Amino acid sequence: MKNLFNKLGERLNRVSSMKLTLLAVLSALIVGAFIIVISDVDNLRDGDILGAVSTVGSAYWALVVGSFGSLRAISNTINSSTPLILCGVSVAIAFKAGLFNIGATGQMLAGGMTALWVGFAMDGPGYVQVPLAILAGAIGGAVFGAIPGILKARTGAHEVITTIMLNNMAAFFILWLLKTDLFQREDRTDPISKLVSAEGRLPRLFGFIDGRADLIAHIGFIVALCAVFVYWWFLKKTTTGFEFRAYGLNGDAATYAGMHVKRLTVLSMMFAGGFAGLAGAAEVLGTYGYASTNFAGNIGFDAIAIALLGQSSPLGTLFAAILFGALQAGGRQMQTNSDVPIDLIIVLRALIVMFIAAPLLVKTIWRTKNATITAGQTFRGWGS
Amino acid sequence: MKLELRGITKSFPGVVANDNVNLELNTGEVLSLIGENGAGKSTLMSVLYGMYKPDEGEIVIDGTPLVFASPADAIAAGIGMVHQHFMLVPVFTVAENVVLGVEPTGALGKLNIDEARRMVREISDKYNLDLDPDAVIEDLPVGVQQRVEIVKVLLRDAKVVVFDEPTAVLTPREIIEFFEIVKTLVSAGRGVVFITHKLKEALNIADRIAVLRRGKVVGEADPKTATESQIAEMMVGRPVQLTVEKSSAQAGDVVLKVTDLTVLDADGRTHVESVSFEVHAGEIVGIAGVQGNGQTELVEALTGLRKATSGVIALDGKDLTHSNPRERHQMGMAHIPEDRQRQGLVGGLSVAENLVLTRYHDDQFSHGVIVDWDAANAKAETLITEYDIRTPNKETGVGTLSGGNQQKVIVARELSRDLRLTIAAQPTRGVDVGSIEYIHSRIVKERDAGTAVLIVSTELEEVMALSDRLLVMYRGKVVAELDPKKVTPMEVGLYMAGSRPDSAVSA
Repeated sequence: MKNLFNKLGERLNRVSSMKLTLLAVLSALIVGAFIIVISDVDNLRDGDILGAVSTVGSAYWALVVGSFGSLRAISNTINSSTPLILCGVSVAIAFKAGLFNIGATGQMLAGGMTALWVGFAMDGPGYVQVPLAILAGAIGGAVFGAIPGILKARTGAHEVITTIMLNNMAAFFILWLLKTDLFQREDRTDPISKLVSAEGRLPRLFGFIDGRADLIAHIGFIVALCAVFVYWWFLKKTTTGFEFRAYGLNGDAATYAGMHVKRLTVLSMMFAGGFAGLAGAAEVLGTYGYASTNFAGNIGFDAIAIALLGQSSPLGTLFAAILFGALQAGGRQMQTNSDVPIDLIIVLRALIVMFIAAPLLVKTIWRTKNATITAGQTFRGWGS
Repeated sequence: MKLELRGITKSFPGVVANDNVNLELNTGEVLSLIGENGAGKSTLMSVLYGMYKPDEGEIVIDGTPLVFASPADAIAAGIGMVHQHFMLVPVFTVAENVVLGVEPTGALGKLNIDEARRMVREISDKYNLDLDPDAVIEDLPVGVQQRVEIVKVLLRDAKVVVFDEPTAVLTPREIIEFFEIVKTLVSAGRGVVFITHKLKEALNIADRIAVLRRGKVVGEADPKTATESQIAEMMVGRPVQLTVEKSSAQAGDVVLKVTDLTVLDADGRTHVESVSFEVHAGEIVGIAGVQGNGQTELVEALTGLRKATSGVIALDGKDLTHSNPRERHQMGMAHIPEDRQRQGLVGGLSVAENLVLTRYHDDQFSHGVIVDWDAANAKAETLITEYDIRTPNKETGVGTLSGGNQQKVIVARELSRDLRLTIAAQPTRGVDVGSIEYIHSRIVKERDAGTAVLIVSTELEEVMALSDRLLVMYRGKVVAELDPKKVTPMEVGLYMAGSRPDSAVSA
């Protein structure tokens, strides 16, 4: 009986940390509403406060409709979420081992280009070509991700610095690669790759519905869901996953317990790179069908916010990524329907992260009593 | 001045840290606040020092109820606190540290360092503290640093000085000097609150002893009449065994053999200098010494956490000088580390996970790369019962347990397998009386089972009570090998301080 109460208590604690996350999102939406009102110059000039308030309503409604209101909207949400999930897991797994992976962008670029290269180099049926190209993407990202890991293990170079630098190196390297004969599209002078053959593209998720070319979501989403499962399984079930968690929470204790912490540093960055590499492969082979210089966009950085929001847990990261993906997809609809610019999405995301980073603020605003705050995600500071 | 705490209640989610606590203190007396870890001593003092706001109750000074919103209010009301961990800037001088925050300034806010020096000298002379205002903190021994903290408090005109576990970091000699200072403070009309878990010291210095248990004052004791075991019983709530019960050692073969071990750090400083000793099966060898004389580095070298610069470490005749911690672990070496929160445990992981922290890779707990959590959890259940670990359940985060129970988790993990050698550093630091008793009996049991045991502790009493042979370390060298039954703590204390008493009997 006592045991039951304790279990219940722990469950409640976990719920309250989730509640805090939800309250943070809600707080962001409310502040966002104020921003919509005060930037609704047309209505305010006419003194039409009610009109401005109704703009908020229509903007948020458009967000919902644009992200989940139709099959097409859902497909868009899925499509935006896919790389966010994979990169979110990338950042999260590094967080778990106590490392801060800011290099998901670079790893994504590396993975995408490797996947593309394998896609070109092969001529075969899709069911052979696609898995191999995806695998190549993971390997490419992992190799690129291992670099900051090795640098840290060998020389102590901080991964925050090295991953940022490697992002730039990857970006310029790809600029050069896309100008080589191997990659550059024949009739183009700008850095853009050849198209992946139809066989090499990731099959569309809703391909079974005829005549709906607008449903762009691809099976990269399945890959992403598998990645979340693998991440969960790895953390919970494997010895190395246990080592990651111990090392991330207390590096000294991991050393004391006989874990090979240098190996763990390299491994965790490799795994992080692998997941980001998958995101690159999914974007290149699925969403675009070719590579341009900026196919990684801002995804690697959004992933940091996602991992923070999801507290690096597998499910948390998944839902946070879907939320961000939904905002992305709904934002376009909002811009069309309600004159509220899509930039509001960036503001909303920033607000969410800010409220997540300031749990005390959220607690004060909502006057919640529960005291259990998980201090969010941590990584070892500069000294270590 | 008369300080009263009336009906102080402070609760945190799930625990009532202070439950209707009433205390009073007059200037000119020493009140010793004694209790186990987690009894609520620190919370109570944090309330007094303005760091926590009590849920109920009030602080009354000379009949006036006061509300402390911050330590600044408490300081203004004449309350000073000397923390266990000093709050000093290591590269500043004594005078600079003392005036930090209340600097005497001249025109345009220029620091008047001469005035600061004068103030330090004045207080130092008045209370016989013997401080040089121009000495740099990092060059000073811990005992002197503590006196700097005392000057800081006195300069802010504290009528009541609270000492939080002040003797934990001092040598026996420094402790005597510290008590002299306390007496001077009291005779100069200040009040002293002395927080400790060491019964002897409380009996020695206090005018009154208040015992705290589970957030409540369970009674006061008069040091003139009370005995150690009476107070211990009040603290724990049941009779406790204060001495270590053990038969004489049945020493067997040499298990650990250390030859000419020297350990330098990355900056080339020598921490351990050509140390040689042996530990036999079935005996407990203790290493005494003031903190910072190379014991930490010695243990780290023995357990593989630090590279030995030269020398040989052999276990059962096998050279393991260059083996890593895991290899040593697998050869039957157990290590209870000196800092359980930094090294011994991962606070964010559960009790069960911590119980396999050094063993998850054993065939017993994993198949290939997959951890067998069923086996680990079953083992955890057994160990929790066997070692009497007080935890809500095995999934509870180990960081939420009390110090004593955290230490029991480590002891359970490290001793619950076949061992050749157990190395225990500060095995009972910050652990309550009840758990100390238990941990000591476990270590003796391990010895009687034929394990070689090496105990490193700065608590002289503990290391003397447990050891069959006693080594003393001073500045990285083993300066004496003694028979703990034939020497007095004072004599060992002299070796610890680096002098060589002729009267001491060498074993």
